[in-house]
Amino acid sequence: MAVSLCAEPFDPWLTLAQHAASLRKGDHGACASFIGTMRDTNLGDAVQSLTLEHYPEMTQHYLESLTDQAVNRWQLNHSLIIHRYGQILPGDTIVLIAAWSAHRAEAFEACRYMIEELKARAPFWKKEITQNGERWLHDAPSS
Amino acid sequence: MQLNVKFFASLAEQTGTRQMTLRGTHLSNVLEVWNQATAEKPLPQNTLCAINCVHASFKDPVHDGDEVAFFPPVTGG
Repeated sequence: MAVSLCAEPFDPWLTLAQHAASLRKGDHGACASFIGTMRDTNLGDAVQSLTLEHYPEMTQHYLESLTDQAVNRWQLNHSLIIHRYGQILPGDTIVLIAAWSAHRAEAFEACRYMIEELKARAPFWKKEITQNGERWLHDAPSS
Repeated sequence: MQLNVKFFASLAEQTGTRQMTLRGTHLSNVLEVWNQATAEKPLPQNTLCAINCVHASFKDPVHDGDEVAFFPPVTGG
């Protein structure tokens, strides 16, 4: 099980392939993954960049707890969460989540669970920089 | 009693501080920590809190040495 917080851009496909290559061949039959990417528009505005603030100690603790829950609930063979923080540009990957299991149903469900829980409870906050200035996404009318 | 108090994102901007230490006064729960730390500023709607890096409620008790954090709704992923 792997959780990491990352200040620099990373290639999710390469990272996923490298992680998969480190796993023992034959011990899993399915892998489901989710990649969240920064868009260049939001709420009708062009977004130039965003700053992703987080609560480092709690984030690490929370994500490790989340993976433990998913692994136990769906009997996963492996899981992976990598989340960016700091300055992020359009097209950058924000989050990579993957779940490996014996069969596809567990992998799909666990992956969906981890991203939904992360979005609802992990202590990250996005501040968007637009041509009209800065705004916290949690303060935006339709965030 | 000593507590480490942290504010994040827009709450850090609104309170003008990211971190402080509260000493001396006995505080029984998270809401009392907010009131003491902010000189009783109104609590913004939907504010969340954590004790020692675990999600908590404003009625939860605090103890000497705890780290109490206040933050707006999260927007990760």
